[in-house]
Amino acid sequence: MILQQIINGLSIGAVYALLAVGYSLVYSVLNFSNFAHGEVLMLGSYIGFFSLTQLGVPFVVAIVLSVVGTGVIAIVLERIGYRPLRLRSAPLLYFMISAMGLSIFLQNLTIVTIGPNFRTYPDIISTAPITIGDLYIGRLDLMIFGITLLSLLLLTWFIYGTKMGSGIRAASYNMRVASLMGINPDLVVAIVFLLAGATAGVGGMLFGMKYTVYPWMGTLTIKAFIAAVVGGLGSLPGAVIGAFLLGITETFAAAYVSSAFRDLFSFALMILIIVIRPGGLMGVVSQEKA
Amino acid sequence: MSPYLQGILILAGINVLAVLGLSLLTGFTGSFCFGQAGFLTIGAYVATLLTMELHVPFAVALLGGALFSALVSIPLGLPTLKLKGDYFAIATLGFAEATRLIVENLEKITGGSRGIPGIPTKTSLPIVLVLAVVASICIRFYVVSRHGRNCVAIREDETAAQAIGINTFRYKQISFFINAALAGLAGGLLSHYVGFIQPAMFGIQKSTELIVMVIFGGMHSVTGAILAAIILTALPEVLRAAAAWRLVAYGAVVVLIMVTRPQGLLGNWELSRESLMAIWNGLKSRFSKKAVGVDHG
Repeated sequence: MILQQIINGLSIGAVYALLAVGYSLVYSVLNFSNFAHGEVLMLGSYIGFFSLTQLGVPFVVAIVLSVVGTGVIAIVLERIGYRPLRLRSAPLLYFMISAMGLSIFLQNLTIVTIGPNFRTYPDIISTAPITIGDLYIGRLDLMIFGITLLSLLLLTWFIYGTKMGSGIRAASYNMRVASLMGINPDLVVAIVFLLAGATAGVGGMLFGMKYTVYPWMGTLTIKAFIAAVVGGLGSLPGAVIGAFLLGITETFAAAYVSSAFRDLFSFALMILIIVIRPGGLMGVVSQEKA
Repeated sequence: MSPYLQGILILAGINVLAVLGLSLLTGFTGSFCFGQAGFLTIGAYVATLLTMELHVPFAVALLGGALFSALVSIPLGLPTLKLKGDYFAIATLGFAEATRLIVENLEKITGGSRGIPGIPTKTSLPIVLVLAVVASICIRFYVVSRHGRNCVAIREDETAAQAIGINTFRYKQISFFINAALAGLAGGLLSHYVGFIQPAMFGIQKSTELIVMVIFGGMHSVTGAILAAIILTALPEVLRAAAAWRLVAYGAVVVLIMVTRPQGLLGNWELSRESLMAIWNGLKSRFSKKAVGVDHG
C-alpha cells in the first residue's frame, strides 16, 4: 500500500518537476515568477490536442509541434510583457503584475475563442495497468514518467554541458557582470524563455493526456509553483526535489487523511518550508545590503 | 432611483471597500497580495453566520466579520510578511485557496460548496455609501500621514527604510491588518446584499479582479483605486454584450499599463483641496487666454 502510494506520488511529482523547472529557470535569471507559465502550458496542451485530432499527426510529431509552439509563444510573451520592463529596470513588482495580466489575457482569450469546454485527448497508449504483485502501474503514468525524465535530462545537459548553458548560469549569478563578459543578455533571456516554454509544452501534452484540456488548466501549475518555492526558487535541482516531495505529500494526504484536504497539505507544506527556510530547501537567501 | 442602478452603486461601494486596503497594502506598502478573496470569504461567512445563527444586529455582524478577518491577518502575517515579493504573493494566494477549501469542507457549518441561501438582505445603499466614504477618507488621510509616508518608504526601498529607523515589519503588519479588516467588512456587506454565498464566489478570479482595480487606478493613488473600483464595477454592466471579452481586455490593459504607464490612470494624483484648486486655476487661466483671443479677433 505504501509502495503503491509512493509510485503514485512519483508519477504526479514528475510532471510537477517538469513545470517547476520552468518557473525556476525564469526566476534564476530574471528574479521574478512568471505567472503566465501555466497559460503557456495550456496553449501547449491545445496545440498538442489539435495536432492529434485535426491534423492527425503521430504522437511524436504532436509533441514536437507543441514544444516548438510553446517555445515561440514564451519568447513572444517575453518580448511583449517583460522586455520593456527589463530595459528600463522596472521594479520586480511590475514584472509580477505584467505576468498576471498575460495570464488573465491568455486564459480568457482561449475561453472566448476556443470555448470553455473540456476536451479529451485520444488514447495514445493502452489504459490497462501493468501489475507487479500487488502494485498497479499505469502505462500512461510510466510513459509520462519516462518523457519527463528524458526532458529533464536534456535540460540538464543543455544547462550544464553547453556553452549557452554556462552563459545562462553566469547570467543567473549576475546578469550585469555576465553581460560585461560578452554574454548577450537579450539572447540569454530569450533562450531561457524558449527552454521554459518548451518544458511547458511537454507538460501541457502530458497533463492533457492524463486529465483533459480546458482553458483554465493553467491554474494546475500553482502546484508546480509551490514545488519550485519549496525547492527554492531559482534552483533547478531544488525544483525537482520540491516537486517529488510535493507529489508524495499529496498522495499520502489524499490516501491517509482526506482527498478533499489534499491541496491544504500542499499549501501547508509550502508555508512550513518558507517559514523554516525562507529561501526554500535549496534556494539561496539573497541578503540585501544597504 | 431604479433598483438596478442602486444595485450597481452598492456593488461599487463594496468593491471600493475591498480595494481600499489593497491599495494601502500593495500600492503604498509594496506587498503584492494575491489573496484578497480569502479575507472576503472570512468576512462574508462570519457575518452571515452571526446573523443567521446568533441573530445579532446587522452592525454587530458586520463588525464581527471585519474583526475576525483582521485577526486572521495577524497569525498569517507573522511568518509571511517577512517574505520577499514573490513568496508573499504566493503565500497569500495559498491562504485564499486554503480558506476556500476549508469553507467547502466544513459542510455542517458553512453548507459546503452549495453555500448558504436565504441570508436576510440588510445591506442598503446609504449604509454602503457611508461606510465607503468614511473608509476612503480614513485611508486617504492615513497615506499622507507620517505612518503612510513610512509605508511608501518601505515600498521604495525596504533596506533603506529600515536603516533610517522605520520598523518595517510593524508597518507591513498594520497595512495587512487594515486591508483584512476592510475586506472582511466588504465580504459581510456582499453576503447581506446578494442574500446568498458560496465558496465559488471567492475564487482566484475575485482576488485578481480586485488587484486589477488597484493597478488600473494607479498604484500610488487612493483616489485612483476608488475611481477604478467604481468604473470597473459599472463598465461590465454598461457593456453587457461584450461581457465575455471583459476579462480578455482586463488582462491586456494590465500588461499595457505595466509596459507603458505603470503609474496607472491617476499616477499619484490625489483628490484634495490643493489639487482641485490647481485644476480650477488651470481652467481659469485657459479660459482667460481664450477670452483674450476673442478680444484680438
